[in-house]
This record gives sequence, C-alpha cells and structure tokens, in this order.
Amino acid sequence: MAKKNRLKDLSFGQRIYITEILKGLRLTLKNMFLPKFTMQYPEVKFDPPASYRGRPVLAMEENGQERCVACGLCSRVCPALAIEVQAAETENEKERYPVKFEINMLRCIFCGFCEEVCPEEAILMSKDYELAFTNRADAIYGKDKLLTPVSKLQDRINFVRQFK
Amino acid sequence: MPKLIIDGKEIEFNPGQTVIQAAKENGIDIPHFCWHPSLSISGNCRVCLVEIEKMPKLVISCSTPATEGMVVQTQSEKVVAARNAVMEFFLINHPLDCPICDEAGECKLQDYAYQHSVGESRFTEEKNHKEKRVELGPNVMFDGERCISCSRCIRFCDEIAGKKELTFIKRGDRVTITTFPGKKLENPYSINVTDICPVGALTNRDFRFKSRVWEMAPTKTICSGCARGCNIDVWTRNNEILRLTPRFNNDVNSYWMCDNGRLNTFKHINANDRVNGPHIRKEGELIKVGWDEAYAKTLSELKSFAKDEIAVLTSASLTVEDAYLVSKFVRSINVKNFDFVKNIVPGSGDAILIQEDKTTNAKGVELMGVDSSKGGLKFDEIISHIESGRIKAVVLIEQDLIGLNSAFEKALAKLDFLVALATNFDTTTSLANVVFPASTYAEKNGTWINFQGRIQRIRPAVTTIEMERSLDGMSLSRWDKFGTDFDSWGKSQKNDARPTWKIISGLANAFGTKYKFTMAEEIFNEIAHTNPLFSGLDYDVIGERGVQLKTETMQIPPLAGQKKVKI
Repeated sequence: MAKKNRLKDLSFGQRIYITEILKGLRLTLKNMFLPKFTMQYPEVKFDPPASYRGRPVLAMEENGQERCVACGLCSRVCPALAIEVQAAETENEKERYPVKFEINMLRCIFCGFCEEVCPEEAILMSKDYELAFTNRADAIYGKDKLLTPVSKLQDRINFVRQFK
Repeated sequence: MPKLIIDGKEIEFNPGQTVIQAAKENGIDIPHFCWHPSLSISGNCRVCLVEIEKMPKLVISCSTPATEGMVVQTQSEKVVAARNAVMEFFLINHPLDCPICDEAGECKLQDYAYQHSVGESRFTEEKNHKEKRVELGPNVMFDGERCISCSRCIRFCDEIAGKKELTFIKRGDRVTITTFPGKKLENPYSINVTDICPVGALTNRDFRFKSRVWEMAPTKTICSGCARGCNIDVWTRNNEILRLTPRFNNDVNSYWMCDNGRLNTFKHINANDRVNGPHIRKEGELIKVGWDEAYAKTLSELKSFAKDEIAVLTSASLTVEDAYLVSKFVRSINVKNFDFVKNIVPGSGDAILIQEDKTTNAKGVELMGVDSSKGGLKFDEIISHIESGRIKAVVLIEQDLIGLNSAFEKALAKLDFLVALATNFDTTTSLANVVFPASTYAEKNGTWINFQGRIQRIRPAVTTIEMERSLDGMSLSRWDKFGTDFDSWGKSQKNDARPTWKIISGLANAFGTKYKFTMAEEIFNEIAHTNPLFSGLDYDVIGERGVQLKTETMQIPPLAGQKKVKI
C-alpha cells in the first residue's frame, strides 16, 4: 500500500488564504442585501401550513358538543401512551362521550397517529406549537384545553381529507 | 375410532360428533356465530358452511354429523366465496358503530369481518333501524340494530338458565329479540347472554362504557360468591377491577357464572371503606398506626386474658394457606376456643351453579384444622360464652360477623377486646379494638377447595402497597407495562393490606414463634409435604383448572389429633 501524503496539494493562492477569505466575505456581504427569512419571534409569529403537526386538539361542534365518542383508538395507537380516555353514556344519538380526555403533553411526540386513526375526525393536529410548562401537572391537557371549535380547524380537516 | 379428512388432514372423531366439533377438537377453526359448544344446534347463521365431497351443495358444519371417510374442505374457493357472501349479508344491516360499541375488541363479527370478509360494502341504501337501548332486564341492555339474530341468548335462557324469557318477533330483516309479554330477562344467570352474544347487541349494564376491553388485563382466578368456585377472569385497569367474566372449566362451571357472583363480589375491593393500614382504637376512635405497634398492642392485650377467655373465629372463605397458618398459630398459643363461621343460606341454591354455602373454602378450612377438636368450644358455644361474659377476647379473622347476622352485635359489644382482620370497615370493625387490614381474594395468592372437593388457585389481580405488578408476575395491560409512577394511571389507590397468613405470621412473631414463610406457595408446599391428601400437589400441578382431591374418607394429620374429615 502506497504511503498516503496527508498534506493537500494546495496552490500558492490557496496557501496564503487571502483569496479564500475574500470569497467568504463576498458571500456574507451578498446575503446582507438579500431578503431576510429570520422571524422576530415572539413579536412575529410563524403561521404554519395545513400540513403542520402542532399539539393535538379535540374538535368541538357548533352546539358545543365534542365529536369524540371515546372509542379509545387514539389512546391505543399512541406510541408514547400520552392519551387517556374515560368514556361514559349520554342521551345523545351517539351513546358515548369522553367524560375525561387527557393528553400528557410531556409524553406526546406529535406523530399524528391519533388523528390518522380517529374514526370521527375528532382529534386533529392543530397549529399550536407554543408549549411550555413549569411543572408536570400543567402538561396534562384536559378537555378544557383540548376542545377547539371546528371552524378553527377547517384548514386541517381539508388537508386530512385529501388522504382518506 | 372413525376418521374423516378435513383440509387434507386425517382426524379421529367420536361417533355422534358434528363436523364442527371434530374440527374444533383438532384445532381447525371453522367460523361460527350461532353454534355454541354447550347449546343446542340452531344452524341459522350459515357462516360455518363447508364443502363435503359427494354432497351436491355446501353444508353447515355445525349440524352435519361426521361420518367415516368424509372429506371436508373448509378453505376451498367455493367455501371462501360463500363465506364472503354470508358475511356481506350480515354487514348489510349491522351498524358501523364499533367505536361506540362495548363489544369492540372481543366481537366475533368484527373478527370475522377482518378474517373472512372482502372489506367493502356494495350496499348503498339506508340501513335498517330498530330499537336501541332496550332494557331487557335489570342487568342486560339490548341494541336491536347490532343483533345478528343468532338466537344464542334465547337458547341460553331456555336450555341453561331454564327460564323461557327471550324470543324472536317479526320476520325477515325486521326480526328482533324481545322478552315474552309481562316478562323480563331477570333469571339469576342473565348476564351470561352478554358473554355469548357474538356482537354487542346484549351488553352488561354494570360494565357499559366503563372501559375498552384491550385496556384491561385479565387474571385467571376463582369467584368468591359461593362454594361452587366458578372459574373466572378478573379484568383490571389502573389497579381497579372493572368486571368479572366466566372462564371455561367443564368440571366446575362450564362457560357460565351467576349474576350475583359477577356483580356483587368485587366492588368492595376498590371501595373507599377499605382498611388501609392497621388501626387501634384510642379514646373511642380507630387511629391508623404502624404494624409493629398494632402487633404489640394485640400481644399485650391478649396476654392479659386467660387462655379459655380467648376465642378465635375465622371465616370459611380463608385460603387453605391462611387457614393452615392460623390453625398452626392458634395451636401454638394453646387457645382451644377455635372455630370457623358457616354461612349457609337455605333455599338459596339451585341445580345449576349457585350453592347454599356462601363461603368459598369451608372444606379447606375444616381440613386445615380450624375446629374445636382440642377440647374448646364450638361457634354457637363461643357466642353464648361471650354473652355470659366467660369469653372476653376474640380474634375475628376476615369475618364480618354482624353483617352476617345483626343478632351477634349484642354479643360482640360485651367483649373486652376484639381484634378484627378485615378488608373493609364495617359494623364489626366499628366494635373492634384493633383492626388489621387483610388483603381481599383479588390481592393474594392461595387456594380454595370448593364443595366438590376440588382445589383451585386464586391469583392476585389488584396490588397492595407491598406488591408490584410486573415483579409479582401479575397480568399486565399495555398501560401497566409502559407506564411510570408519574402517569395518572400509575397513581391509583394502593392499600396497605396484607394477606391473612402474613398478618398471622407477624402476630406469631410478636408472640415469639417464628414462621419462615415469605409467600403463600411455601405454605402450600409445607401442607403438601405433611398432609397426604395434598401429596404431589403444588401450584403448577393445580394450574388453571384445579385438581380434584381424593374422595375417600381419610385421616388427615397435619396437626395431630384431628377428627376424620369426609371429602
């Protein structure tokens, strides 16, 4: 095996670095005058597209009732065991509703399986990405935080329906 | 034995068997809805169609007797096509409400739709609408739309429960199930129809919407309702029992259990009145104390009485292991007034399953020497001696005496000192000076001997604070397996309770006798070594179905000087 020559075969121009430095400076200078992509978060907020998977929420109909029938499929499919559902009986035509629906946002990995498996189009990935907690109990979202009017989720519903 | 060929496999059968029976015994699964091994043949679901050589058409395997040399095809093209067609007809009017239906996960129709159906419906018309949420009886709810008219429930009531309560009405696709006019589905075995219902048409009203079946973990154990000892599964989720279902054992309960056993034997286990930690009465109030303090208190109090002023009364629902150690301990401290409390309700039994003896292990407790044979007093005499003030201290083990008969309240109130080993606070513990928290039957290992003399295992389904589901080999749900203590389901109530043998072992330790048992199985092994009736038995041999003990009268000498016990 031939002995490897570890020194690179650089030309004189490259060896004195100045030309390379100037090249770098030129690129920097050019970008200073190009349009900026950085957002001044939190003053400016990112509005994600419909395909974005933010925190999962529960769709609420116009009449204030949840779509969810507490079938527990989201809970079963959740690879991180983030969802806990307790069903109960109602007088409505759909006999079943979730008396408790909790998503542990510390466990959630935003995979969207729950949305995919939901037979009622009741759990949907929202555009909400601002999730910060100061203790574990705050990270458990109950129905009060999860229920969102359908009108606010129309974007996502249309997106999801493309793949059904 | 005659032979037939199913799917190219030659199998033997008993003359008189049908094709589906012969197939089932040899591990060949032929789909079926209306056929049930212990009910009569109805033959209306048509999903068990098979092809038999030399027969012009497909035949239903549930009612075709197997004959010598028969050649049966269960997977041929013709059969599969017919099965698909039958499934399609079933699914025409069956609502697509699996997300709401409680049967989902253990539904035969759901399973077969996956296995034997094409997966698409060609039916564009509106589905049939029938009555929903019909209360057929106090324990069973009926949903007409989900019903596939297999008639299993009707045949169960007619043939097993012996009460003709259900019937079909109307014809064609309007057919539905109802009770006879003026009748309700209220026989003592009614909830079994929800188990045999292949769909979610009949549901157990006690369990409706409580949990999805896959969220629970089943534990194979024994019902504590009576001396029959029906084999059951206890279904737990988050350390809470949600339902009981019968488990097949042909020698004891077949596929069935009674409603009383199913509904009324588990609710105390997760109740709020569970004794949690030992309690001592101080200034009229029961105060929670440490185990050592409770043992020391019991020791010092009991020592202040003469031996014939003390009596020990046990329940007849102790496990064999509990009874053995209690018996050993009572003999070692030389207390002779020792008996168990019978709980026989005359006229409450029937010829199906329910026994008059409401205790689970009267035979086992008797065999373990819980009796007055050492010259002490019997139960009735003990009570009269308490009333006359000659017995001043009583140790009451797992028996709510006042709950059994409120007439005993007067007697117990006269005692100077009452120690109770109890699972729940009740009228008896309200008189006790020391209360030890005993584990319920769903929190410990052990064995019971039923009225037939059959020894059967009970297994823990709920944990106490000294147990850990995975380490103790208990059944685990997905949540149990992967959850942590920080999850809400990990924070379920766990009581500070111990099995009776462990409490007695601790008490014996205070009295200066050391028993080196660390688990119930070790006690059982000692019984098996010393008692010829149990020789050769261990927990593995008893297994899931139990073992019939030898039936002749024999001398049983684990503790010398006992009377003969007939099994």
